[in-house]
This record gives sequence, C-alpha cells and structure tokens, in this order.
Amino acid sequence: MTSLRSLRDPLLVAVSLVLLWQVMHMIAGDVAITAPVPTLEHLWTMVGQARFLPHLRETGLAFLQALAIASIGGVLIGVVLGGHKLSGEVSEPILVGLYSLPKVTLYPVILLLFGLGMPAKVAFGALHGILPIALFTMSAVRNVNRTYLRAGRAMRLTPAQTGWYILLPATLPEIFSGLRIGFSLTLLGTMLGELFASQRGLGFLLMTAIDLQDVKTILSIAVLISVFAVLANAALLAIDRRLHRGAAPEGPRR
Amino acid sequence: MKKATWIRTVILVGAVGALELACDTGAVPAAMVIAPSAMVLALIKTVQSDDFGSNVERTLSAVAVAMSLSIVGGFAAGFVLHAIPALRRAFNPFLAAYYAIPHFAFYPLLIVIFGLGQLPLIVLATLFAMVAMIVATMSGLDRVPRVLLRTARVHHLSLADEIWHIRLPAAAPHLLSGLKLAVSYSFIGVIGGEFIMSTGGIGHEIAFAYDNFDNARMYALILFVLLVVTSFNMAVYAWERRLMRRRSA
Amino acid sequence: MKGEGASPKVCARLTDVTRVYPSRDGHGEVHALGPLSFDLHAGEFFSVVGPSGCGKSTLLDVLAGLALPSAGTVEFEGKPVAGAVPDGVGVVFQEDASFPWLTVEDNVAFGLRRSGVDAAETRRRVEFAIGFMGLRDFRHAYPSQLSGGMRQRVCIARTLVLQPRLILLDEPFGALDQQTRLLMGDELLRLWRETSATVLLITHALDEANLLSDRIGVMSARPGRFIDIVETGWPRDRDSRLAERADFGAVTSRLWSLLREESMRAMGQRSAA
Repeated sequence: MTSLRSLRDPLLVAVSLVLLWQVMHMIAGDVAITAPVPTLEHLWTMVGQARFLPHLRETGLAFLQALAIASIGGVLIGVVLGGHKLSGEVSEPILVGLYSLPKVTLYPVILLLFGLGMPAKVAFGALHGILPIALFTMSAVRNVNRTYLRAGRAMRLTPAQTGWYILLPATLPEIFSGLRIGFSLTLLGTMLGELFASQRGLGFLLMTAIDLQDVKTILSIAVLISVFAVLANAALLAIDRRLHRGAAPEGPRR
Repeated sequence: MKKATWIRTVILVGAVGALELACDTGAVPAAMVIAPSAMVLALIKTVQSDDFGSNVERTLSAVAVAMSLSIVGGFAAGFVLHAIPALRRAFNPFLAAYYAIPHFAFYPLLIVIFGLGQLPLIVLATLFAMVAMIVATMSGLDRVPRVLLRTARVHHLSLADEIWHIRLPAAAPHLLSGLKLAVSYSFIGVIGGEFIMSTGGIGHEIAFAYDNFDNARMYALILFVLLVVTSFNMAVYAWERRLMRRRSA
Repeated sequence: MKGEGASPKVCARLTDVTRVYPSRDGHGEVHALGPLSFDLHAGEFFSVVGPSGCGKSTLLDVLAGLALPSAGTVEFEGKPVAGAVPDGVGVVFQEDASFPWLTVEDNVAFGLRRSGVDAAETRRRVEFAIGFMGLRDFRHAYPSQLSGGMRQRVCIARTLVLQPRLILLDEPFGALDQQTRLLMGDELLRLWRETSATVLLITHALDEANLLSDRIGVMSARPGRFIDIVETGWPRDRDSRLAERADFGAVTSRLWSLLREESMRAMGQRSAA
C-alpha cells in the first residue's frame, strides 16, 4: 500500500506535466512547442539513427569521467578538510564562495587551459560537481558524534575498526546526499560545456537545432536529458532516504 | 584576526602572487592565462569603454527582475504549498527532482519561443531560482515552533498579523538561505544564458571576446562578474549575519 | 475551607467535560480527558498533578479555549468558552515561547501593542512587568542571550502586562533546574498575591504543587479525571521556606499515595502504545 501511494504521486505529476505540455502546444503551436506524441516519436527515430549515437556517447563519456573525478576528488578533499580542523576552517569559506559563483563565466578559461573538446567538458563538469561533494563530506566528517568515537575507544577498537564500524556508517548518509547533488550538478556542468563552442555531443545537437529552428529536436533532446536526470535522481534519492533512515538525526534535506 | 582567516588570506594572496610570477616569467603562456596585474589593468580599460555601461545595465536588470520574481513568487508558492498538504504531496516528488534537470538544455527552446532578447533569459533565470525559494519557504514554515502559533492564538492575532509577526520572523533563517540561493541562481541563469547565446550583456561580451582571441578583455570581464557576484553575496551574507547574531548569541 | 465563605466566587467552571481525539496512527480514538467537572474559585491557586500523558495539558487547552471539548461545557466568568481564548485569560507554556527576534522589552509589550492600549499605558505596564519579574537589566537583550529561567520570566511578564484575571501555566518550569524552579515558584506566589488573579498550574512535581497551591487536583491515568482534590490550607503569605514545616511532607506523601498506582498504570499505557 505504501509503495502504491509513493508511486502514485510522481505518476500524477508526470501525467500532468505531459498534459501541460500538450496545452502549451495547443496555445503556442508547432512553431514554438511540438506536441508530446510527435516529439517522442521523433526522439525514438533519432535515437535509432546511427549518426545520433556518437553524440550520445560523447556526452555520456564526458559526464561519467567528470562524475568519477568529482566524486573521488570531492570525497577525498572533504575527508581531509573535515578531519583536520584548521584546514577545514581555512578552506570552507573559499569552497562556499566558489560554490555560489556563476561558474559558466569560467568556461572560456577552461577552454583556454584544456583546449576545445572532451577534456574541457570533463573538467567543467567535474568543477561543478566537486564542490558540493567536498562540502557535504566535510560537514559529515566534522559532525560525527564524538560520543560514538568515545564509545569506540571504550570498546578498544583499533583505528581501522573505528573507521570501518563507526566513521563510515556515521558519515555515509550525509556523503551520499552530497554525491546525489554532485551528480545533478556534474550533469549540468557537462551540458553547459557542450552548449558553448562544442563540436560534438547532445549540447552541440541542441545548438545546431536552434540555427535550424528545429523545435522538435530541441524538445526531444531536452526531454531525453531531463528524463534521464529525473530517473537517476529518483533512484539516488531512494537510496539516500534508506541510508538516512538508519542515521539517528535527520540530516539537512536539500 | 583569527588564525584561520590569517592563513586563508596568505594562501589567497600567495596564489595570486604565484600566478603573477608564472605569467610574468612565461611559465604560463599569455594565450592561456594573463597575469593578474594585466587583468586589473584590462578591467580598468574595459570599465572605461563605451558599451560597458549598457551591457552591465542589461545583465543586472535581467538579474534584478528574475531575482524579484523568484523571491516573491517562490515565497507565495511555498506558502500555498505549505498551507495545503494535499497539493504539497502531489508536488513534492517534482520539487525533489527539480534541480536534477539541467535547465540550460531548455534554453534553446526558450529562445525559439520568446526570441533572442531579455525575456528568455529572465524566464530561464526565474525558473532556475524560484524553486529554491519555494523549498526554503516550506521548510522555514515547517519549523515555526508550534508554541509560537499557540501564543499567537492567546494574543488573538488575525491571520495577517500571525503571518507578519510570527511566521515570517520565525521562518526568517530559512527564508534568508532561500534568498541567497535565489540571488546566486538568478546570476547563474542570466549570465549563463547570455554566454551560450544572446545579443548583449556581460556574458555575451565574454563569449565574444573569447571568440576573437581578445584575452585581456575576456579576463577583465570575467574578473568583473566574479567581483560583482562575490560582493553581492558578501553583502547578503553580512546582512544575514547581522540579523542572526542576536538570535544565537 | 479556611478563611473563606461557604460558597466562594467561581472563576471558571467545567461541566462534564470530555475530550476525545483521533489517534495519531489513524486507527481509533484517544480518550484523553473526563468526564470531568469542577469549579475554579476566584483568586485561588490551583495545581493539577497527574501521571505523564494523563491529559493535564488537554485540560489546560480546553480551559484556555485552545481546544474544544468533545462534550460538556467550559465557562469563564459565567460566559461559555468556545474555540477562542477569552479576554482576561493568560497562558504560559512549557516550551520557550519568547520571540527570538524581539528584545525582552518588545517581547513583553507584544500583546499590548496589538490590543489598542495607548502608548503611555503600554509603557507603564511594561515597565511594571519588567521590574516585577526582575528583567530590568536585560530589557534590551534578546532571548538567546538569556538562560532558560530568564526566558520563562519574559513569557510570564508578557502575560502579566495583559492583566489577566486567570493565569494558566502548563508546566512552565519543566525545563529548569531544581534551584531555579524553587525561585521561580516564589516569584509566582508573589505575582499571584499582588495581582489577586486566579492561577491554574499544571505540573508533575508534587513538591512544587504542594508548596504553591491552595488546592491540588490529582488526576488519574488516561482518560484523566480527578481522583481527589487535596486542600493544603497554607497561609496566603507563603514562600519556599514552607518546605521546612513539619506538616509539609505529609501533604506530599498524601499526593504520592494517591498517584503511585495511577503512575504505574500510565507507564503500562505508554509501553503498550
């Protein structure tokens, strides 16, 4: 019963979004917004075409590499800064400041440093994802309940045991929340990188479609990316909630 | 000054100094990064150039509109969703997934619909920023202690008075963090959009300078954006600090 | 009844009051209170003691007009209480209800500024309440700069300025340490004597109820009813030194003997839930 209920609401929203889309199409017409059904048909044929796949692969690869860098780098930075009080205090304002900057403006710099192509996209995607992951990990490590550590000492755990049985389970829920947000932001960063001065990838297809006023393709790709993003997020959110259920106090929800 | 602040300042100054040195000795080619001193000089020159003012005005006015729309609209929407639990349950999964969507993927569509002007930028930035405010408003209102609402009843407050004198101030810390996000997201939306495709504004100028290998102007403009956004963020932060200090002494 | 007439004036009257509300898990109902009838005499200090979860706070909510009774009637000064807090009733809650965004002074003046009392009178009453509660040195402080006991004083002062004829207190000292509780109790007695208001205090501390009250209503486990109403017979002019008296312990013992069994029943109810 609970699973039915939890499925019902998102379905309701999905259906109403498609309806809204249809209504907007009816108001604005084919020039601005194509109807849902033809758009999805178009998406289907597009995905089937051989010339589409290299673009999809390009974007996917860039995203995966960026995500790997952001996750590993972010967690490492977070653990170090969270574990060492002074370095955390020194760097937190810098990280927060960087986090709230419009990083789009820095893309030309990335392009100059890495050249046009895959490395720049990866770097830009990772740049977006690494900050929230580092910040979340840092606060997770910093906020480990000292009583747990004292209890560990009272039970004469070795440092390795303390890490495995206390620190890891205590920080995992919060770190995972960071990874979930990092996932979304890395995707955003990768897409942004492709929308500007790019020669391949889904973002490139989007930009060429503007020049051709090809609304159907624009919508198809936007929907494809959004559906992927939302589904991946839903899966991560489900894991996130499960992890947080075990954690004693409710962590910050974002 | 605190030790951490001191070290941070040294690190930041050191980093800028190192970059300066690397650029001046040619270890980093000028085709990649220009020296910080050159950036500042270029910035002074750029600020004096004719079209600079109009571009700044264009970008900042779009940011201001998007920011106000998302703060006011986001608060209103958050308030309504908080008041009607059924509506909130229906929208919750959507709100939770909202920031997973790379909004810039829809920017091309907005250009097709609204034309290549200020409007698609404002729409993009507002869509991007508003939901942060909605979520912050809801969680702020959720955390208004029940005892304060009971106190409002003991004092016979009207609904309007209760909102103005109890709920708003009690939710203020959350509203402020929503506000900060809305500010930051409005900047990202407008400048990002200008950068990808537009006919004017600072983001467009940066892209234009990049395309024409005008590194001095490009770095000057980037520096300008970072300075504006950082000082704006710091102003909001200072204001927040002042409001919050007395709450948690 | 010592020192009073045969039929004391009634401040508030509860007649066959019950309160039943739907339980939190959505199945069935919780019978929290009653049926319960009693008169609160004008000018007395009445305490309610009882096991945890016996409906003490529900009784206060119903009396304050913060909750509607499921059956029965509540009257304050002869007029029915229906869904709103009547004029002349002040409430102090267990939780800290001071507004963290207002100074002590503004907190205390909060109710007056919204009730059409003119500025000079507001100033006079705020001045009096701040002085009475010993908050003069903290008038420009924010609640976060004060201890829990001081914040509760702010809340009491905020009620005091409205010059209530009935003051309802819902375990106001529950979160305070024992010494602070005793001192706050003395202040409460002084306030009661000097304002000649009627006071109803909900508490779980038997000593506190004993020390402060003229009469003590002892409540049963849920659904809460009065098992007995104990008259203490203490002089009106009393303070915490009363506890040194030989007959003081006897009243507390009496309360505990009435409550022991009920408390055990209540514990069972809670572990079953």
